[in-house]
Amino acid sequence: MKPRHQRLLAIGLAAAGLAVATALTLRAFRDNMMFYVEISDVVAGNVPENRNFRVGGMVVEGSVRHPPGGIDVAFTLTDYAHQLPVVYSGILPDLFREGQGIVAHGHLDENGTFVADTVLAKHDENYMPPEVADSLKRHAAEKTGAAGPAGDGAQ
Amino acid sequence: MIPELGHFALALALALAVCQGVLPLVGAHKNDAALMSIARPAAVGQFVFVAFAFACLATAFLGNDFSVLYVARNSQLALPAIYKFSAVWGAHEGSLLLWTFILGAWTVAVGRYSRELPVPFAARVLGVLGLLSCGFLLFMLLTSNPFERVFPAHPDGSDLNPLLQDPGLAYHPPILYTGYVGFAVAFAFAVAAMLSGDLDRTWARWTRPWTTWAWAFLSVGIALGSWWSYYELGWGGWWFWDPVENASFMPWLVGTALIHSLAVTERRGLFKSWTLLLAIAAFSLSLLGTFLVRSGILVSVHAFATDPARGLFILVFLGVVIGSALALYAWRAHTLDSDAGFRPLSRETFLLLNNVLLVIAAALVLFGTLSPLAVQWTTGEKISVGPPWFDVAFALPMIPLVFLLGAGMHAAWRYQPAAGLGRLLKWPALVALVAGIALPLFVYGRATGLVVVGSVAAFWILAASLVQPLRSWRRAPGTPGISRSVAGMSIAHFGVGMFVLGVTVVSAFGVEEDLRVAPGDSVEVGGYTFELRGLENVEGPNYRALEAEVEIRRDGEFVGTVRPQERTYLVQQNPMTEAGIEPGWNRDLFVALGQPLGDGAWSVRVQYKPLIRFIWFGAVVMALGGIVAASDRRYRVNVAARERQPVAAEEPA
Repeated sequence: MKPRHQRLLAIGLAAAGLAVATALTLRAFRDNMMFYVEISDVVAGNVPENRNFRVGGMVVEGSVRHPPGGIDVAFTLTDYAHQLPVVYSGILPDLFREGQGIVAHGHLDENGTFVADTVLAKHDENYMPPEVADSLKRHAAEKTGAAGPAGDGAQ
Repeated sequence: MIPELGHFALALALALAVCQGVLPLVGAHKNDAALMSIARPAAVGQFVFVAFAFACLATAFLGNDFSVLYVARNSQLALPAIYKFSAVWGAHEGSLLLWTFILGAWTVAVGRYSRELPVPFAARVLGVLGLLSCGFLLFMLLTSNPFERVFPAHPDGSDLNPLLQDPGLAYHPPILYTGYVGFAVAFAFAVAAMLSGDLDRTWARWTRPWTTWAWAFLSVGIALGSWWSYYELGWGGWWFWDPVENASFMPWLVGTALIHSLAVTERRGLFKSWTLLLAIAAFSLSLLGTFLVRSGILVSVHAFATDPARGLFILVFLGVVIGSALALYAWRAHTLDSDAGFRPLSRETFLLLNNVLLVIAAALVLFGTLSPLAVQWTTGEKISVGPPWFDVAFALPMIPLVFLLGAGMHAAWRYQPAAGLGRLLKWPALVALVAGIALPLFVYGRATGLVVVGSVAAFWILAASLVQPLRSWRRAPGTPGISRSVAGMSIAHFGVGMFVLGVTVVSAFGVEEDLRVAPGDSVEVGGYTFELRGLENVEGPNYRALEAEVEIRRDGEFVGTVRPQERTYLVQQNPMTEAGIEPGWNRDLFVALGQPLGDGAWSVRVQYKPLIRFIWFGAVVMALGGIVAASDRRYRVNVAARERQPVAAEEPA
């Protein structure tokens, strides 16, 4: 093949490959994309229909319970404005603690409980997922005077 | 005093890096031998000062000098000495120092082994590397000084992140960085070639061994990181498509494309401008990875505590490096036409497909990694992209790649008659079909869809990689044996086959269960019985732990005992899970403690991971193949001798 043909072949193959890959992956992308929803919106019922989403907030002190018999765990998340009950079946990350910021993936059941399939707590106690820090800061600012705990949480 | 000396050494290193970066480039432009000869001594001097600074920081750590902020934050009196040393690169400032140190080491190596290159070319390569050093030294001195003092000194340090108190920290970052930074050499060769405008095939021959070495280090570094996260962080997962994992994986994919396209450029003088572009892209992606880790703009387990000034500096640096390299490319690349041709069925075509597929894979990973940022900037929505998407997007280009690989490695340059290739590949194809169906069906009891595709692909590569070594072994006496190039290629591709087999089997047949277990209970997972014999308190040097004793049996026969721990580090009061692993060449058994559930019961994660070690061994074998290929004779004979007898061009690479 002459150079011009080589280049055409290369471009043609690349374009065809990219087109197929783009079509297939964009489809998969839509299915796997997860939105972050603020707790206030979740409580108000503004959540994506029929798909998983992420929530983040602080685990309320004293809210963690283990129902006897299984490995389920129930706890409450807060953004200092609203509270969201969460249930999860499985092992929590090491840094999951009451009073700690976490992110959970899952969906809302008909009772308004968030059913988590993944719970993430970051492996650095100073590190706060940026979206959680954002929404905590905002709610703390709204409630002037009651802003105490969110201040150091959002650093 | 020692920290101040270290700081001062960094400033001197910067001054020398400026000399190394500017004078040789000016000298090469003006053809001034005196200016060009500055390159090597300046590079050595720069490296010596960076090494001295590194030693100063290590001394501060080992001597518990908690008046140094970085030491106070990342060490503690009771920390074992080995972790005190590896804590030097355990956080942002020190890992930057390690990066600069390794860049210096590569630069000195290039200076040492570039004596047979034309003087202006070597001067340009070292000059470009000097400019890169300038960037990193400036970054350190302006935004991330590891020697900053704190008054009053912290009495005994706030300890290293427990996650990093593991031998993994001692070996993973240095090896990974050696690979990452090694692509700076390929980048410097590409820029030097574009500056000189002299882009013949010898340029590719000089670059190739360097690129292959860097690639080999990166392969091992990524594999070690995966292994570390498997036993320490990941609860038994070996890859998470975390942004920072992707940040090291994208340069690897592009680097893999680069070492293959360099083969075409070296052998046939084709794909020149494409090869240049890949060399620029591989290093740019390394820098992009650094930016993603340092700036904290992506949510990741690796994210360091963030500082906008650092992110901004790296972003500007990234812009300058990529922008100037691409501008140079736009100016020079059109002069790179080649008249050589090839037929549709030839090694060139296979390598072209290899490049297209690898670049598509890298582009998809990049898309998935950056799309949350793009979506947030354009719509304000905060999204994340799940691992399932990456699995699909990555498999799409990789499945055709692994099937093409088996044929491509035996195709001749220029033109390969189809009949000959078919004859040669008859046996590997048969082996692949039989073994690829038999293994999942008879050993693991199920042979369906994707499992068979993966396992046939794996055996296809394994068998095809053995063809050349077997032929060499059975050759007629007196005929020449296999060259290191071909041996290295066969070994590396064999490693790919092992990797594919490991990934296929562990994804399809791995078992993972979260269970409630009280002392005395037995659970059954993957055909093994796990009995929790008891729990006891144990003390470590700087932690307390609850240790479980779990006995594993198979059909009543004793297999092993594992002792997973739930540790609490005393200073930071952080809990850490230490998994108990019973390793084996064909399966790992993995037990990790979760939380107490009351009544003495614990949540426990129990896993059966068949062939998981093939994943990491496969990567190490790939790297080994790269090193064998890079040590081929033709990279060692000097230029003059090569021009007298250009025989080596006959063998395939």
